[in-house]
Amino acid sequence: MNQVSGRAWVFGDGINTDDMYPGFAMRLPIEEAARHMFHASRPEWPQLVHPGDVVVAGRNFGLGSSRPVPLLFRELGVAALVAEQFNSLFFRNCINYGLPAATLPSATRLIREGETVLIDFTDGSLRVGETVHPIAPLPELLRAVLDAEGLLRQLELDGKLRPGKG
Amino acid sequence: MPETLIQKVLGRASGGQAEVGEIVVCEVDLTALIDIQFAHDRLADVVSVADPDRIMIVFDHAVPAPSIRDAESGRKARAFAAEHGIRKLFDLGQHGIVHQVLAEQGLARPGWVVACTDSHTCAAGAVGAAARGLGPAEVLQIVCTGRTWHQVPPTVHYALSGRKSPWVNGKDIFLHIAGRYGDATGHAVEFGGPGLAELPMADRRTIATQGAEIGADFTIFPADQHCLDYVTAAAPDAEPAPVRPDEDAEYAAVRGIELSGISPMVARPGTVIENAGPVGDLVGTRIDQAFIGSCANGQLADLEVAAEILKGQQVASGTRLIVTPASQRIYLEASRRGLLADLVEAGATVTNPTCGACFGYHMGTLAAGEVCITASTRNFKGRMGSTEAEVYMASPATVAASAIRGVISDVREVVG
Repeated sequence: MNQVSGRAWVFGDGINTDDMYPGFAMRLPIEEAARHMFHASRPEWPQLVHPGDVVVAGRNFGLGSSRPVPLLFRELGVAALVAEQFNSLFFRNCINYGLPAATLPSATRLIREGETVLIDFTDGSLRVGETVHPIAPLPELLRAVLDAEGLLRQLELDGKLRPGKG
Repeated sequence: MPETLIQKVLGRASGGQAEVGEIVVCEVDLTALIDIQFAHDRLADVVSVADPDRIMIVFDHAVPAPSIRDAESGRKARAFAAEHGIRKLFDLGQHGIVHQVLAEQGLARPGWVVACTDSHTCAAGAVGAAARGLGPAEVLQIVCTGRTWHQVPPTVHYALSGRKSPWVNGKDIFLHIAGRYGDATGHAVEFGGPGLAELPMADRRTIATQGAEIGADFTIFPADQHCLDYVTAAAPDAEPAPVRPDEDAEYAAVRGIELSGISPMVARPGTVIENAGPVGDLVGTRIDQAFIGSCANGQLADLEVAAEILKGQQVASGTRLIVTPASQRIYLEASRRGLLADLVEAGATVTNPTCGACFGYHMGTLAAGEVCITASTRNFKGRMGSTEAEVYMASPATVAASAIRGVISDVREVVG
């Protein structure tokens, strides 16, 4: 999980969890729930996104609930998230479900939709076009979780969780 | 170094000092599991729990089970309790919204670290606990290990002064703050000042609960005498100790709030952040539905106010009022006091204690084009049903008054 490269989808400020993972979808299996991502702001998006794409957002990304939104992003194959500022609950959730997340001030000005971004979590950089921007490094504790592809896998490796029936 | 409230609590829990910005690993004093998390989460795969006495299981989000899938979650929750010897099980009959149950059972205490996979876990900050919502995977980790980590946030301090006016609720105080100062992403929000002494616990609990809506990491009140009495009444053997910040602690910002200057407030649909103002701005807005409930405003004090306004009145024709007591205990007490009769006679629909209507899951769901005024937690687009419905947010008093008139109304004019 050291490098991610993908095509950018750019969203605005204050994208909340209920938009990304609506309440009614919480009674659906993850693969079906994923089809309802951004139902309030951009309902056609789940049909347009491709595996390997990167989602970029503005300030206060992920305000709201603890529902496991990153599982839906992963279901659709989203490779990483970039935001100017993350809600801390949402940020923790991303890392814990093995979805890399990078903070880059002014991300929505620096990255245009459809551009390819290359994120290097090891040296802490994000490249778009010819420009390279520094991103905030992840604390060691969280790097370890990402390296294990998420907290559940880490708990399995530690013998605390029986290997997944799913 | 002098410390803020959140530094004090996280420092104690991690066995050292908690510097702002530092990541500290904390012992978790209480972890609450909720019914719906047994649907996706791997709780059935847990080898052993760190401490069964520090875990509670509460049925709240989808009760009584509205679908086979939810019924399956309930079955898994009961099996988990049996397998791991969890005695703090609040199954149907003893149920309620988890944050209310935590409070009334005295299971959130001053200085504790509390975890739960519901974003309104910050409610327990009303009793001086470091409480926040965490993702389901992290709660699973805490169940297994008894520990979690927190990054110690900088704190915004609100110094309260004066006394609130009649009909003003914690909701109005919160909406004033959210409307004027916006979000608190990445910060703890701490309350203090001389105005706190006369602020009832019910209002503190509403404010603490709503902290999630401005993106605060924690919302926290000092454990003053009022708080200690409240916790001791709920749990006589708790012996809670005062928790206060140091006087010269460093804050990211200190803001004064004169309580007497706050009037009934309404948030417009979408968010509370920089999107709330005095009720007068919106008086006359037509409503289809009015809702009083949730972990924020389904308390006994909220039902009392609603019943006081609605007694002898009628909900307007064409408007529906839904009232959800936050717990079985509240339901019972409201029944004993005749509050439920007053509400039902006025035309309200009183429901079972659940999160159902607040998150648009299994009741009170809105159709496209409908307008709701709610005294619940969240007014996001699509939160309570259709993405083409509009959700305004206000206090129980404003919601009750609006239900009588069928339009958003100023309670001070309705009661006269």
